[in-house]
Amino acid sequence: MDLVKYAQEIRLLVLELCYTKKTSHIGGAFSVADILAVLYGEVMNINPLLDKEPGRDRLFYSKGHACTALYAALSKRNFFTTETLLNNFIKDGEYFTSHINHSLPGVELSTGSLGHALGVAAGSALAGKRKKLPYTVYAILSDGELDEGSNWEAIMFAAQNKLNNLILIIDYNKIQSFGRVEDVMALEPLADKFRAFNWHVEEVDGHSIEDLKATLTNLMQIDDSTPKCLIAHTIKGKGVSFMEDSLAWHYKSPNSDEYQDAKKQLELQK
Amino acid sequence: MRNTFINTLSELAQENPNIFLLCGDLGYSVLEPFAKAFPDRFLNVGIAEQNMTGVAVGLAREGYNVFTYSIGNFPTLRCMEQIRYDVCYHRANVKIIAVGAGYAYGAQGVSHHTTEDIGMLRTIPNMTICAPADPAEAKLAANFMSSFNGPGYVRINKSGEAIIHGDSSKLRFSPGEFIQVSQGKNVVVITTGAILGAVLDEIKSKNYSWSVFSSPFIGSYNKEKLIEISKCYENIVTVEEHQLNGGFGSSIVEIYSDLYDAGLIKKMPHIRRIGINNKFIGVAGTQDYLRSVGGLDLAEKFLEINSNA
Repeated sequence: MDLVKYAQEIRLLVLELCYTKKTSHIGGAFSVADILAVLYGEVMNINPLLDKEPGRDRLFYSKGHACTALYAALSKRNFFTTETLLNNFIKDGEYFTSHINHSLPGVELSTGSLGHALGVAAGSALAGKRKKLPYTVYAILSDGELDEGSNWEAIMFAAQNKLNNLILIIDYNKIQSFGRVEDVMALEPLADKFRAFNWHVEEVDGHSIEDLKATLTNLMQIDDSTPKCLIAHTIKGKGVSFMEDSLAWHYKSPNSDEYQDAKKQLELQK
Repeated sequence: MRNTFINTLSELAQENPNIFLLCGDLGYSVLEPFAKAFPDRFLNVGIAEQNMTGVAVGLAREGYNVFTYSIGNFPTLRCMEQIRYDVCYHRANVKIIAVGAGYAYGAQGVSHHTTEDIGMLRTIPNMTICAPADPAEAKLAANFMSSFNGPGYVRINKSGEAIIHGDSSKLRFSPGEFIQVSQGKNVVVITTGAILGAVLDEIKSKNYSWSVFSSPFIGSYNKEKLIEISKCYENIVTVEEHQLNGGFGSSIVEIYSDLYDAGLIKKMPHIRRIGINNKFIGVAGTQDYLRSVGGLDLAEKFLEINSNA
C-alpha cells in the first residue's frame, strides 16, 4: 500500500468533512494523519470484515476531537464507505459524531473527554496478557491531554504490570487547546519522563512515513517487559501551509478560498 | 456484609472464570482469600481510581466481569466521568463495589462519609444500583452482579450487620422488587441499605404496627407494587443513610409523581422522606451518633409519624 498516498487521502477527506460540515479540529487531524496511515495501512493487524475478531490489534484513539482523521482512515480501509462518511458526518440521527463514536465499525472506544483511553487501553493490554492473546494494543494521545492526571496513573500502571503489548503514540504537535504546550503546561523533557516511568521510549518525525513504519515495526519486535512510547514530533495543520503550526486551526473550518487552496496543496503532495 | 459479599464472589469465581477483581489499594483482611485463590483474576491497581475504572473497562471489553473495590467515594465520585462515559455509555460489564455506605466509617471524617453516591450515580443511564441491607442481601447482590452483564454499583455498609432475612433463597432479589420484612397497617416504611436494621429496632422497641419493605435496588421500581402500596397505606416513609437531595426517597417521590401524572394512581400519596438533611457532619462520631445528628434521629421522627398516623 502506498502509505504516502493514503495519508494524503486521509487529509483530503478531513478537509472535505471540515469544510462541508463546518467542523473544528482540522489541525490536530492533519498532525495525526501520517501516524494513522502507517497503522491502518500496514502495521496493525486489522480486517474490516472481521471487525470484532478477538485476535485483531486494538487502537484506542484518545484524541477523539480529531475524529475526522480516524473516520477517514477507516473509510479508506472499507470499514464503511467514503460516501457514507461524507453523507452522515454529524448528520441528525447518525453515529458520526464530531468526537469519535464506538457505535461505528472499527472504532474501539468513544472518546472526547481527554485522559480516558490510555487506562482502557491498559486494561485491554492486561487482558491480552492474562488470556495469553497475541494482539497489540495501541493508544494515540494528543500532547495537551498529558495534562490530565489520569494518564499518569495509567502510565505508572502499564510499567508496573509490564504491559509490553501496549504501544502509546503521542501526537506531539506542540499546540494545545488554548495555547502552545510549552506555555500552558510544558511537557519537556517528555522522553525522559517516560524513561523515568520505566517505559521504552522512541522519538520520531511523525510525518516521515518511513521512520514511523520502521520505528513501529521495531518497537513490536523488542523483546523486553516494558510498555512502549513513541513520541511523534508533528506539526499541527501539517500539509497545508497556512494551517501549519497555528492555534487558530484547532477551531476554524476553512472558507471557500481556503478550502480550494488547501485542496490544491494536498493534491500536489499525493 | 463486605466479607459476605467478597466471600460469595470468591465462591462464584470458582465456577465463573470471567470474574476479575480490581482494588484501589484497599481491602486489607477482606480481599486476601480472593487474591490468593485467583491470582490471575486479581490486581491491586494502586491508589488510582480513575485508572482502575478505565482498566476495568479495558478488561471487560475482553470478556471479563470486572469488580472494582474501594471505600465509599473513591471508586465512585473520584472517577465519576470514567463511570459515566467509559463504563455506562459503553455498557461495560463493570461492577463498582464501595464499602462504607453512609456513616459506616463515622469517626474518620467527611472524606469517608459516603452520602451523595446514590444521587450522583442514579442519574447515569445504564447503571444498576444495589444497596444491600444485611449479609443475606449482600450475598444475593454478589450473585446478581456476577450473572448480570452491564454496569452495576453495590453500596455496602461495612461489617457486623445482623442478619435480617432468614432464608435468603426465598427472597425475590432483582431490580425494582421490594422485600417485605414486616406486616402492619397505616404506615409503610421503605428503606434501602443497612439502615434497615436500625429502622426495625426502633419499630420493635416502640411496638409500632407498621409494614416495612427493604428496597435493595434503587432507581427503577415495580410499578404495580407501588400502586398497591399507595392503596394500602395512608403514610409512606422512606429511610436512607444518604443526603435527602436526589437520593432513594427522592426516587420514590419521582416515581409516584410519574404514576400520578400517568393517571395510574388517583392521588399523590403522603410521603415522608427521612435521610441526611443535606449537610456535612464534620465532627467525629460513631455511625449511630452521626445518623442521629445528620437527620436519621429515628426515635423522634417515628414518634411524630406515629402520632400523626
